[in-house]
Amino acid sequence: MGFTGLFLILFLIVHVTINACIFLNDHGQTFNAVAHFMGTNILVHFLELGLFVGLILHIVQGWIIWSSNSKKRPVKYAVWGAKANSHWYSRSMGLLGTLIFIFLVIHLANFWAPNRYHYVVHGEELNLFERMKAVFSHPGVVLIYLGGLVSLSYHLMHGFQSAFRTFGMNSRRYIPIVKGIGVAFAIIVPVLFALMPILLYFKVIS
Amino acid sequence: MHITLKVWRQKNQQDPGHFETYQLDNVNEDMSFLEMFDVLNDKLIREGKDPVAFDHDCREGICGMCSMYINGRPHGPLKGTTTCQLHMRHFKDGDTIVVEPWRAAAFPVIKDLVVDRSAFDRIMQAGGFISVNTGSAPDANTIPVEKDKADAAFAAAACIGCGACVAACKNSSAMLFVSAKIAQLALLPQGQPERKTRVLNMIAQMQKEGFGSCSNIGSCEAECPKEIPITFIAKANSEYLKAMLAADLPE
Ligand code: HEM
Ligand code: FES
Repeated sequence: MGFTGLFLILFLIVHVTINACIFLNDHGQTFNAVAHFMGTNILVHFLELGLFVGLILHIVQGWIIWSSNSKKRPVKYAVWGAKANSHWYSRSMGLLGTLIFIFLVIHLANFWAPNRYHYVVHGEELNLFERMKAVFSHPGVVLIYLGGLVSLSYHLMHGFQSAFRTFGMNSRRYIPIVKGIGVAFAIIVPVLFALMPILLYFKVIS
Repeated sequence: MHITLKVWRQKNQQDPGHFETYQLDNVNEDMSFLEMFDVLNDKLIREGKDPVAFDHDCREGICGMCSMYINGRPHGPLKGTTTCQLHMRHFKDGDTIVVEPWRAAAFPVIKDLVVDRSAFDRIMQAGGFISVNTGSAPDANTIPVEKDKADAAFAAAACIGCGACVAACKNSSAMLFVSAKIAQLALLPQGQPERKTRVLNMIAQMQKEGFGSCSNIGSCEAECPKEIPITFIAKANSEYLKAMLAADLPE
């Protein structure tokens, strides 16, 4: 869980950096160039395969743990006071992960799948920046993306520091630092992603 | 003060159980929570009814027996206390208090508020021990222990095995208990001989007993009457990883 989680965090860093190229507001030139490199480089295809394996492992293991843990208290409490002792998002990793999963299916269907299809059929990639503009012209889609990113933010708010604990980090000095970095990461990365559909929808970037 | 108690009543392990409501007048605010139950049971016995079964022993916060889940919290609303250390002055006149047993698959209810916590004993038997030589008693302080490590081991040893960590955890995980025992012995020179087999065996027994997996939520540390920090869980994780990767038993 921790290993694949950190691996997915590394992917998020790469993904957000590449997509942030659209903020240059150069009609997507830089972004399309980098995306083209990522889409055609053979090494990147291997990394992509690893990403899918890591993602599926994380999701499957997450669901297995979620389901087995939920069977460990067959008779529920009549009064459940967990609010007083923990964060709701720490207790909702399975649910948040599932929301992210639903979002990912939509997201891949929006960009990854049509791009691959186009490549196989026509031998060249889509103009992904144009594709972004088209996808984010629908307010409903923008809202779905924002919902997915809020889920991701809370998932990381717990998950980032949790992964380090899973690996045994117990130093009183470093835990607050890792927690701080985790909270910053859980806010900055989803906010950067969220700005993309918002700015494209309002045509601030075009 | 007047208190309305909603108490879980369950005849035995097979009985599905139900809540029973009791009205108590003249509750003294200096009573401990358990003393209030003594008064209730006195009343029930006089009325010819079955008294509420609940676990208790030392009544001074050191044995860990007094398992009561009070208004949604193990040992009630106070931080760092057991039920026997909780006093009625922390409630208001007219309050309704809901009292349930610890609930977890690994802690079956025996009767009313009494649960079977022998799963903890079996985890201890799996590895919570050290080897000592027989013979004459060794001189005290012959084995040097670093001060910092002695303090940390002492903090872990404060665990009284009450099971509040399991009761509070959404996953019904026993990791705070198990990690405190693992860490306590791993930090001391006396614990070194079985250091690696201990962590593997205790974790394996924990899983066999039907406790859930830890996901670092933190409810346990917040509810622990001895305020054992969750950093011990990370410490046990690192012990586990090291033991898994290098068991020192080359095949
Ligand atoms: C980009 C997507 C995702 C990232 C970056 C991510 C990251 C993480 C991280 C860092 C952890 C903490 C690991 C630990 O506690 O050791 C975690 C835990 C978890 N993740 Fe994800 N995750 C993602 C997607 C998902 C999805 C799609 C699911 C679907 C079910 C999911 C389910 C879970 C669950 C249940 C946990 C808690 C398990 C535990 O702490 O033992 N995650 N995630
Ligand atoms: S009765 Fe011993 S700790 Fe409460």
